[in-house]
Amino acid sequence: MKWSEFFTSSIGKKFVMGLTGIFLVLFLIVHVSINACIFADLPIFNAEDNGRMFNVAAHFMGSTVLIRILEYGLFIGILLHIVQGYALTVKNRAARGVGYAVNLGNRGSKWYSRSMGLLGTLILLFLILHLGHFWTKARFTDQLSPVTYNGVEMHDMFTRMKDVFASPLVVLVYILGCISLAYHLAHGFQSAFRTVGVHNKKYNILLTSLGYGFSIIVPLVFALMPIAMHFGWVA
Amino acid sequence: MSSNNMNLTLKVWKQKNSQDTGRFETYQVKNVSEEMSFLEMFDILNEELIREGKDPIAFDHDCREGICGTCSMYIDGKPHGPWQANTTCQLHMRAYKDGDTITVEPWRANAFPVIKDLMVDRSSFDRIIQSGGYISVNTGNAVDANALPVEKDKADAAFAAAACIGCGACVAACKNSSAMLFLSAKVSHLALLPQGGPERKTRVLNMVAQMDKEGFGSCTNTGACEAVCPKEISLSNISRLNGEYIAAGLVSEK
Ligand code: HEM
Ligand code: SF4
Ligand code: FES
Repeated sequence: MKWSEFFTSSIGKKFVMGLTGIFLVLFLIVHVSINACIFADLPIFNAEDNGRMFNVAAHFMGSTVLIRILEYGLFIGILLHIVQGYALTVKNRAARGVGYAVNLGNRGSKWYSRSMGLLGTLILLFLILHLGHFWTKARFTDQLSPVTYNGVEMHDMFTRMKDVFASPLVVLVYILGCISLAYHLAHGFQSAFRTVGVHNKKYNILLTSLGYGFSIIVPLVFALMPIAMHFGWVA
Repeated sequence: MSSNNMNLTLKVWKQKNSQDTGRFETYQVKNVSEEMSFLEMFDILNEELIREGKDPIAFDHDCREGICGTCSMYIDGKPHGPWQANTTCQLHMRAYKDGDTITVEPWRANAFPVIKDLMVDRSSFDRIIQSGGYISVNTGNAVDANALPVEKDKADAAFAAAACIGCGACVAACKNSSAMLFLSAKVSHLALLPQGGPERKTRVLNMVAQMDKEGFGSCTNTGACEAVCPKEISLSNISRLNGEYIAAGLVSEK
């Protein structure tokens, strides 16, 4: 079997979907951990950190070669995931030319498992907005104000977050983005492992529970960031 | 005998041939005994239609005991009707009550074109089986059944997978019209047994290639197939199929 045959087969395409999905899940773990540094400024920690911990962590993520390489990998992964996701969605829909008068609906499966393309599209729209808010500003412009710690100058991302999340509309859109992600992962997390061939009962049970936990906790922590910034819980 | 007879309204898909666009026709069926099977109700309706000089409703059936897999009816949005782990032929009218309206459609998938009314062409499944769903053995004396030791758990799992009757309900229920539950049952059944070992890799590669060629969709793991399967084929077979295919595809010699 040639590589091209493998990767154009229905299972080969899903293999790419599952692998890139798991890769994106790993990325989310890093992303949510770094950003959670903003919570060092919660009053309960009494740290008077003024976003330093977060700024330093964010700066580190932009400053080493290894992470730059991973950044390219991440973009390739997202692109593959999106292109393959749409290609599969279109092909799968086309496999039934004439539909039913009465649908099986929720009697056979969860609505979000049937809506991965729609949920992915909502995530994609959110992603474009989100990259515009932070990543493009940091990488391609000098619009972000600088801050200096121990003689090292870096972007003051913390202040940027406060500015962006001053708008209640932006906060709302971010929350909707997090909800889309939650449902996408509620199905996607466990599905990805099935796709790459995990069939042991004990692992599937474990991964399903882990998946539900992940898809609730990670988007919730993400959603709390714009909320906390907006209401001045971290200042 | 029960006297709980009922009068029902049936909305049934009528389509002359594969070229016809087709439409729903409404029929009244009177005096249906709750002890009839769903197909017997159709028999009675058809006899009535023939007496009236009308075209009877074409539907597939053979064994009428849940083993041949031909009785493909999509009843009120669910393949094989409202009961769990059940075929249309084993659905009984006690599942309904007087005055009910029942909508009956054929399996819908491009890979299962409608031949007439509720009959669809499932020869795509046959071609998938022909592409690898067998083991090759030289003829000669039958080998003693105990000569090949099989682990009990694997024998049970293979047996459970072998219960698939090839009805196509999984395809009918799937939003992608995917045949993965069917194929996973066939591949698992042989991959789990020592007899399936020699052709294990070529089998899975060829059968998936044929499935793709027939125009079935891919799998999103929604679980709709497992929910309607009359033989309760487990979704975990699909994961096993994925693993078999990925391993075979990545390490194949060519
Ligand atoms: C951080 C962002 C994302 C993560 C973590 C993620 C994760 C996942 C995972 C784990 C799966 C399951 C793969 C499988 O069943 O094998 C999946 C499926 C899918 N994703 Fe995403 N995804 C993300 C963004 C997107 C985006 C932006 C799209 C866009 C259009 C998208 C579209 C899809 C589709 C259509 C599927 C279903 C494919 C199928 O099962 O047929 N995802 N995703
Ligand atoms: S897997 Fe179940 S639903 Fe699909 S063909 Fe086999 S018996 Fe029918
Ligand atoms: S007629 Fe054979 S399974 Fe229903």
